[in-house]
Amino acid sequence: MKTAIKPGRFLILLVLCLLILVSGYWAFENAVDREDGIRRGLDIAGGLYVLMEAVETEDREVDDDTIERAITIIRNRVDELGVAEPVIAPQGDDRIRIELPELEDVEQAREIIGRTAMLKFVGPDGEEIVTGANLVQARAVRQPEVSPTPFVSLEFDREGAVLFEEATREFLGETIAIYLDDEKISEPVVRAIISGGQATIEGDFDFEEAAELALLLRSGSLPVELRELESRLVGPTLGQRTEEVAVYAAGVGLALVFLFMVIYYRGAGVIAGVALVFYLSLVLWALNYLPTTLTLPGIAGLILSIGMAVDANVIIFERIKDELRSGRTLRSAIESGFQRAFRAILDANVTTLIVTVVLFIIASGPVRGFAVTLFIGIVCSMFTAIVLTRLLMRLAFKAGVIRSGAYVGVKI
Amino acid sequence: MINFIGNYRKAYLLSLILIVAGIISLAIFGLNLGIDFTGGTVFQVTLGEDFSMEEVEAALEPFEELEGAAIQVVEGRDLAGAPTDEGLIIRGPYMGEERRQAVMEEFQNRFPQMDMEDSREESVGAVIGAELTRQAILSLVVAILAMVAYITFRFEFRFALATISALLHNIIIVLGIFSVLQLEINVPFVAAILTVFGYSVNDTIVIMDRIRENIKHRKKSDYAAVVNHSINQNLVRSINTSLTTLFVLAALLFGFHYFIGSLDLVVFVVALILGVFVGTYSSIFIASPLWLNLQDYNFKLTRRKAA
Repeated sequence: MKTAIKPGRFLILLVLCLLILVSGYWAFENAVDREDGIRRGLDIAGGLYVLMEAVETEDREVDDDTIERAITIIRNRVDELGVAEPVIAPQGDDRIRIELPELEDVEQAREIIGRTAMLKFVGPDGEEIVTGANLVQARAVRQPEVSPTPFVSLEFDREGAVLFEEATREFLGETIAIYLDDEKISEPVVRAIISGGQATIEGDFDFEEAAELALLLRSGSLPVELRELESRLVGPTLGQRTEEVAVYAAGVGLALVFLFMVIYYRGAGVIAGVALVFYLSLVLWALNYLPTTLTLPGIAGLILSIGMAVDANVIIFERIKDELRSGRTLRSAIESGFQRAFRAILDANVTTLIVTVVLFIIASGPVRGFAVTLFIGIVCSMFTAIVLTRLLMRLAFKAGVIRSGAYVGVKI
Repeated sequence: MINFIGNYRKAYLLSLILIVAGIISLAIFGLNLGIDFTGGTVFQVTLGEDFSMEEVEAALEPFEELEGAAIQVVEGRDLAGAPTDEGLIIRGPYMGEERRQAVMEEFQNRFPQMDMEDSREESVGAVIGAELTRQAILSLVVAILAMVAYITFRFEFRFALATISALLHNIIIVLGIFSVLQLEINVPFVAAILTVFGYSVNDTIVIMDRIRENIKHRKKSDYAAVVNHSINQNLVRSINTSLTTLFVLAALLFGFHYFIGSLDLVVFVVALILGVFVGTYSSIFIASPLWLNLQDYNFKLTRRKAA
């Protein structure tokens, strides 16, 4: 049965396909944008990842509150560095995960993240006078007329000011030691009674070091000592090269898939190609707007889901061919092909979805990211195959674009 | 129609050989576990100038932890195909932050052209490695149980058993090949194995679905014919799907190997490619006849009871 092309329906089909291709291009452009695009893991974007563990000591217990306070303080410190989109989050009971993409000064970032920064003023009798807890301001100052080296100027709150005044009165002419994390950084002689809560820390440091110390003191000391468990530092160029290659390779791979589908399934293959573009824009859109991070393992998940998206189309087309061979008309072959393929697609995909859910619950870190990406990929691929491919096939049939078995690759 | 079922014993034999060889290799040589599992430090540096191994060893001299560390040269290309500066990958035991920084500084002092932006430095504590292994195994076990439950619910228990057996078969073979080749594995490999997991199950279920459907319409209780017919009906799909997936993977393999030259990435794609081959093979030659065997066994069992 041959029917002519129906211009109205054909136009709808054409416009729909063009819309999908344009939105696909748009989604791609949006997603690969390094600034506003998909949030990339550090293996792709470059940056610093650190996993810290809070160390429990006799006088410092680790609980949710300690971790929360530690996170706030680390966030304050990182914010002062001006890092874009830092992630500082608890992991498990006693861990903190820190992800800093696109860092300018890695060494500085490292130094300020883990430092407890416990400041203590101790009298000659070994008694604690005042601590960083009473600090309200700390600044690095360069004032050659006062001191040849840069120093840190401190300001205490009222309680601290009173304590400090009493101590300077008591220890006039003696030394007061200044400790940072149990390391003596300075031991000035008290030359006058200091009231008003102003003090300075002088030491053998350059301006940058003074600024760093001031930053640490300003943001407060960590309530607990943190120990590094894992650290990954990837240079931005290295990460970017990996991403570029992955994007190009995926492009080439998809072009091959498209070519193969068109050669093998003819008109239906073109529809599968359009559906694949639609599927990719869905996935890219989801990755872009859901709180997910794309890592290298995540790309593996995407490849699998591309395979599954094509698979769904292949299953459908093979079913349609079977139906045609068993003597059905094209119209009923398309309908029953979809119906019969549906169960296979559903069960195969749901079984894989189960794996992703299990992984999401049990795993952490990159494997979890993989699970999320794969989950998104499978859901999008199922939706595309069941809804869009079907819609396009029906439209193509009604428009008279797909007119006989030859258009789905059946030789009769 | 190709007779797949008639030759299933040959397929079993082939798989048995692969599995036994794999298990022996795993038992004797084990897997070449990378720092993500064992803990340790990896440096990747692009020195930006010609260098000799002696110079590199001299730079590492002050760090006794890195004595005997594995040093690998990586060659990459930019997207235009021009070779980029050679890089180095150094693998050693876990080092604290200060020591690592000292290593990087030493390199920077000796090779002023070194590109810090094109470098990486990763360090994993032993605790994390052990956790990764535990998590990977636990998630595999739970995922398998959950899948058995789902397949039993949607199909029947024997389908679940056949599917999961094929799945384990695939994973053991891929692990075995990695054990024989002694390629270093890290987190991306875990993701690759999980992908193989997903692919295998997906591939098998589609055939099982055909069998399930054809049983309903079968004329007599000749299950072997039904299974063989189902495999044949599904053959084009099996080939096409693995081909299209392989297209994407082949492009990635070429890209990572030719342009980046990083073994980690290549290993990752190789695992996926192996998985597609083994997955497609096992759905046809292992899972389907296995289901048939289980079905026959069950048939005999019920007959014996009746007698």
